[in-house]
Amino acid sequence: MFDTLSGKLSGVFEGLSKRGRLSEADVAEAMREVRLAMLDADVALPVVRDFVNKVKENSVGSEVLESISPGQAVAKIVNDALIEALGGAGNVPLNLAAAAPVPVLMVGLQGSGKTTTSGKIALRLLTRERKRVLLASLDVQRPAAQLQLQQLAERVGVGSLPIVAGQQPVEIARRALETGRREGYDVVILDTAGRLSIDEALMQEVREVRDATNPAETLLVVDAMTGQDAVNTAQRFNEAVGITGVVMTRMDGDARGGAALSMRAITGAPIKLVGLGEKLEALDDFYPERVAGRILGLGDIAGLVEKASETLDHEESERVAKKMMSGKFDLDDYASQLRQIGKMGSISGILGMLPGMGKLKDKLGDQELDTTIFKRHQAIISSMTKNERKTPSIIKASRKKRIAAGSGTTVQEVNKLLKQFDDMSTVMKRISKMGLGGMKQMLSGLMSGGGPGGRPGGGFGGMNRR
Amino acid sequence: MAGFFSRLKQGLTRSTQKLNAALTHRYLDETALEELEDELIAADLGPAVAGRVIDGFRSSRFGRNVTTEEIQEALAAEIAHVLSPVAVPFELKPEHKPHVVLVVGVNGVGKTTTIGKMAKWFRDQGRSVMMVAGDTFRAAAVEQLQVWGERTGAPVIAGKPGGDAAGLAFEGIKRAREAGTDLLFVDTAGRLHNKGALMEELAKIIRVMRKFDETAPHSVLLVLDATTGQNAMEQVRVFRELVNVTGLIVTKLDGSARGGIVVALADAFKLPVHLVGVGEQVEDLRPFSAQDYARGLVGQSGGDLANRLVEGSDPEAGQEERGSAPG
Repeated sequence: MFDTLSGKLSGVFEGLSKRGRLSEADVAEAMREVRLAMLDADVALPVVRDFVNKVKENSVGSEVLESISPGQAVAKIVNDALIEALGGAGNVPLNLAAAAPVPVLMVGLQGSGKTTTSGKIALRLLTRERKRVLLASLDVQRPAAQLQLQQLAERVGVGSLPIVAGQQPVEIARRALETGRREGYDVVILDTAGRLSIDEALMQEVREVRDATNPAETLLVVDAMTGQDAVNTAQRFNEAVGITGVVMTRMDGDARGGAALSMRAITGAPIKLVGLGEKLEALDDFYPERVAGRILGLGDIAGLVEKASETLDHEESERVAKKMMSGKFDLDDYASQLRQIGKMGSISGILGMLPGMGKLKDKLGDQELDTTIFKRHQAIISSMTKNERKTPSIIKASRKKRIAAGSGTTVQEVNKLLKQFDDMSTVMKRISKMGLGGMKQMLSGLMSGGGPGGRPGGGFGGMNRR
Repeated sequence: MAGFFSRLKQGLTRSTQKLNAALTHRYLDETALEELEDELIAADLGPAVAGRVIDGFRSSRFGRNVTTEEIQEALAAEIAHVLSPVAVPFELKPEHKPHVVLVVGVNGVGKTTTIGKMAKWFRDQGRSVMMVAGDTFRAAAVEQLQVWGERTGAPVIAGKPGGDAAGLAFEGIKRAREAGTDLLFVDTAGRLHNKGALMEELAKIIRVMRKFDETAPHSVLLVLDATTGQNAMEQVRVFRELVNVTGLIVTKLDGSARGGIVVALADAFKLPVHLVGVGEQVEDLRPFSAQDYARGLVGQSGGDLANRLVEGSDPEAGQEERGSAPG
């Protein structure tokens, strides 16, 4: 996300840093580029104007002009301004401080992802906070919308309000809260129909729902691909129902997501969560400083670390790490690693969080890495005997044939895996010494695809691009 | 059609007051042109296309003392000029039975709703229609299409949740051929265009359909949400490259989004725009007209224009900055 904006900004500041000192003309030129990049990224025009003026004011000062690296200084000012425009550093969590059952109201345009997000929030509250969650659909507009939420609730493993045909949104909302009270739910998520911000009748309806339920959170769900209209949507929904938080969905797409910048500026409400994929787990906290970091190509190290620590099985990781350190990393451990990578989601998603990886992602273009190789590797490993997994060096020709037949692959593929595993063991030993830098190197090897043996990153060298 | 035009214009002009504010400059100096350019950008035309439109404008009109109406007319003409080549109606090809229409797009743009509306339209024309519930991923997507099936009297071919969409599409063509159906709509799960594996799945649906009819699909319609910003360019580029999109449908034009991205798309891709969605009612899916769209975009909607300009000229100047950051 934000790749191209980040690329453009670094381009601008590359030019600046080469010139040494910063003139007013330099700043003006940089700001023209910043403005264009932001407009290309769908940041709303008034927000762009405001932003550019602020940065311009702060840049053309003696402090910057006399600083040693003007490029860096301006980058810092732009970065700070971005963080500020995004709501200031730090994540703002959901506010559930109210008497149970706590009502949470979901609003937004059609197709912004309200229902899916409702399911994701329910799962998050269930698994992280052990909350009892009731999902209730107030969408009597779109065919089968209520059924969609019910099915999601089943998938998540939370309660859903029984559907009563013909009941109107306000009645459904009241019934949801009653049910919540009676059956001891902690949180009741009220998913509403998508509505246009200019549809007075439907906006009035959602106001009535709010008045009837007094929600602790009224979350506006916004598609990250939204264009300039984000301003209108935010403004009108805020005026109508009073937004307490924003959820940006489809941040896993390649939209530059400028709408995120506009949201806080217009509503004054913080962006609390981001949707990062179709899986129900794909919901993350929103950290302005990380997104700003990404815009400037600084990466999101903290995000990666947190994601890894949450998704990965800690005990398993520790066990593998210990073995890695001791140099006894075997194929069983490799298979376990593969499973964990699968859990972390797409490779490019992980890459996006690493500093300096923006360019590598550019090289990839819009294409996703083919992760089916991981599955094939898992198949190959599961066709090996215990001994073979522990001591891969005993795998010779006839064993290879058997393994290939057993896993539905070819001897060449088995060979490739063994070679990669060999390379990987070498890399693992190095990484334990190198820390994050090593990981980055490994990933950059991964992106370039197949290197000479022993080179860091050769371990994943066989991965295919699509 | 009168109802439609007024609806479309309503939809398109509702939020063009800002544009009108810029247009009240009677003397077309550089400042006025810059403001016009900004307002085109705010309508999602994108900085590049907005710049080009204004450049075309500048060379012919710069410095002239012109009336607001003249400016609007000329600007609308400039935009209509870009849009005209892509205003191509969607036409049923009777030589195919069924004419297979694959409907694709990112999540939440309104694919299923659009299919429902199109099915209704063709049913009203006396055509037989079948629909394939190819979104086997999203919860209750199948049921959503089935409701449209009941509303329109068109049979819906559906499988198990999580099932193989390509197999269903194959089954759909087969059954439609057997029944001598005129039109087969194949709904698909929404997918982000940057997800390689999901895009490959679409290519597979096409490959499998071609095993039955190698000319299928006869139309591949990409549905776009009018609120989408510049990312629509990527959507069109990637979908066109991977599944050979033959035409666009723009939905949700009845909202406050002005849909200026369509101008940028027309400029870059020249892909036909068949239909626009201007409301939630079945009859709110209508043919795309370059002139009406352009006029709607610049706020030229006839009688009440002068009034709005008079009302709008003063307070709107302040409104321009209304959306800026509170602090």
